[in-house]
Amino acid sequence: MAAMRAMIVKEFRELVRDRPTMALLIVPPLVLLIVFGYAANFTVHNINVEVMGPAAARVAPHFAAPLGVSRVDPGATRADAVAALRKSKADVVVVTSDSGPPVALVDGSSLFTAQSAVPMLHQVPGLQVEVLFNPALKTSWWMVPALVGLIMTFIGTIVTSLGLVRERQAGTLEQLAVMPLSPADVIIGKIAPYFLLAAVNMVVVTALGALLFGVPFAGNVGMFAVGSALFLLVVLGLGVLISTVSQTQAQAIQSALILLLPQIVLSGMIFPLAAMPWGVRWIGYLLPLTYYIEISRGVMLRDAPLNALWLAMLVLVVMAVLVLGTAILRFRRDLAPNVKQAKHHAANRVTSTS
Amino acid sequence: MIYGCRDLSVKLHGAPTLALTEVSVQVPPGAVTAVVGGDGAGKSTLLRCLVGEIVPTDGVVQRPSKAEVGYMSSSSGTWSELTVNENIDFVAGAYGVRGQALSMRRRQLLRGTGLDHAGSRLAGQLSGGMRRKLGFVLASLHRPRLLVLDEPSTGVDPVSRVELWRLIAEAAADGAAVVMSTTYLDEAERASSILVLDRGRAVLQGATDEVMASVPGRIVEVEIPSDRSRAWRRGRIFHQWLPAGATESGRGVRVTPDLEDAIIVEMLGAGR
Repeated sequence: MAAMRAMIVKEFRELVRDRPTMALLIVPPLVLLIVFGYAANFTVHNINVEVMGPAAARVAPHFAAPLGVSRVDPGATRADAVAALRKSKADVVVVTSDSGPPVALVDGSSLFTAQSAVPMLHQVPGLQVEVLFNPALKTSWWMVPALVGLIMTFIGTIVTSLGLVRERQAGTLEQLAVMPLSPADVIIGKIAPYFLLAAVNMVVVTALGALLFGVPFAGNVGMFAVGSALFLLVVLGLGVLISTVSQTQAQAIQSALILLLPQIVLSGMIFPLAAMPWGVRWIGYLLPLTYYIEISRGVMLRDAPLNALWLAMLVLVVMAVLVLGTAILRFRRDLAPNVKQAKHHAANRVTSTS
Repeated sequence: MIYGCRDLSVKLHGAPTLALTEVSVQVPPGAVTAVVGGDGAGKSTLLRCLVGEIVPTDGVVQRPSKAEVGYMSSSSGTWSELTVNENIDFVAGAYGVRGQALSMRRRQLLRGTGLDHAGSRLAGQLSGGMRRKLGFVLASLHRPRLLVLDEPSTGVDPVSRVELWRLIAEAAADGAAVVMSTTYLDEAERASSILVLDRGRAVLQGATDEVMASVPGRIVEVEIPSDRSRAWRRGRIFHQWLPAGATESGRGVRVTPDLEDAIIVEMLGAGR
């Protein structure tokens, strides 16, 4: 009994000092409670409708909540309607004409919004419904572009942080610090392989998504590549950042999981952001995956133009600069203590001779 | 050029006390300087300061440029997921050792350390002793002007220790200034000069021969010491220190003090 008691006391002491494990015990249950309590909702309560064409003013009053008409434009055409959907300015655009029945064009790339909207639109008398970008409202078309981001997040944060912490744990980081390598040599040398690996993974998953599930790639490959590269820089930065606060690989995995979990549930990957109350939705807007998903779904499914995705791109640029910059500064401190401490120790002098 | 440090003090992050207090040591080229001390004495901290991995709180460090420093950390500093040859390739690349020079140096060092048949083995699969020998190979690969070795022989079998010491002596003979920490006093005795650390302070230092020769009083070998506070076990018998002017005489056989005796006498508070 005494031996067991000693074992229990020892375990508690170790647990209390293991901060990442403590965080894992506290944060995920809270996140899960909040997310599944408030955010896990597939039903969208506000569906943004625009009505266009000559009969727009006559048709617009037929829509009731949750279908909310935000714009009535008698001068706009079907092409304008498709463009508005491509740019995600509306969930549904109703195109009217003088002769034929009005047609509701639904953005199928917003799966759950479309699934909520279509039955309601069918109840509007004389309205034809046409789903664009994902006509069969397939879940796989909605998930694959997001999964590309999730896989890059996984490699970028977990695998990168593990690679760096392994160096620290093995004691070889101090070896690198005294070798004639600049911090840039080490940092770029360390993260470049993961960048390439994640990029290859991204291409493979996108190609497999097309082959296995018929997910289209409607948009500009270059824009997708730029968005993916920006996102990769953010998640690689998160990986480096985790490695600077983790002493062991187990701690790195725990920290990465704590970062990964909210990205899965609050980024709009599974549950639509539009269905979340603002109390939790704002967290989603702080997560890089939210913006990457906007880009990947936009490019792959809707052929969204740059002027529709520039904000997401800009946010990723800002995040990349902040996260990667902080991570590099912290990592650099491990590698170049001279730079870090020289300012603080004016009395200290180092004489190098050759 | 003599490398080393002067009046070095180090306070590690979060530590309540100084890890090193006003420590000075000179590391001349062509010689081996041994840093001796118990666990937590500050040996590794001193060596890490010498190579620039820790910035001292105060004091002056004299060292060559990074490219001319070789360092073997206490963890051997080898990459376990790389083979022996790949470890060498990586370090050679970082120090700019290439072509014929690399081939010759690789052959020479692997043969000297007995690792010539282990080139394709993963470093992580080597025994602790072999890994430390690989650590020495990596540290000395580029013929550094200052070679810093943190407990190079810890965990190495006695035969390999002899081989390792031969390589260290060769590096010094080639002109390198070698400084190594060790807990083995017989090993430290072979160094040209020593520095003994205790709780971050230098308690004894100088040319090894002089340190051993300058023990005050006498050391005698006894089976049963008359004063246990001044005696220490050496195998089956005791050595006992009789300070200069001690009245006790005629008991025990007088012995020539070795480094262990010199250090213990110093620690007993003999002063100098």
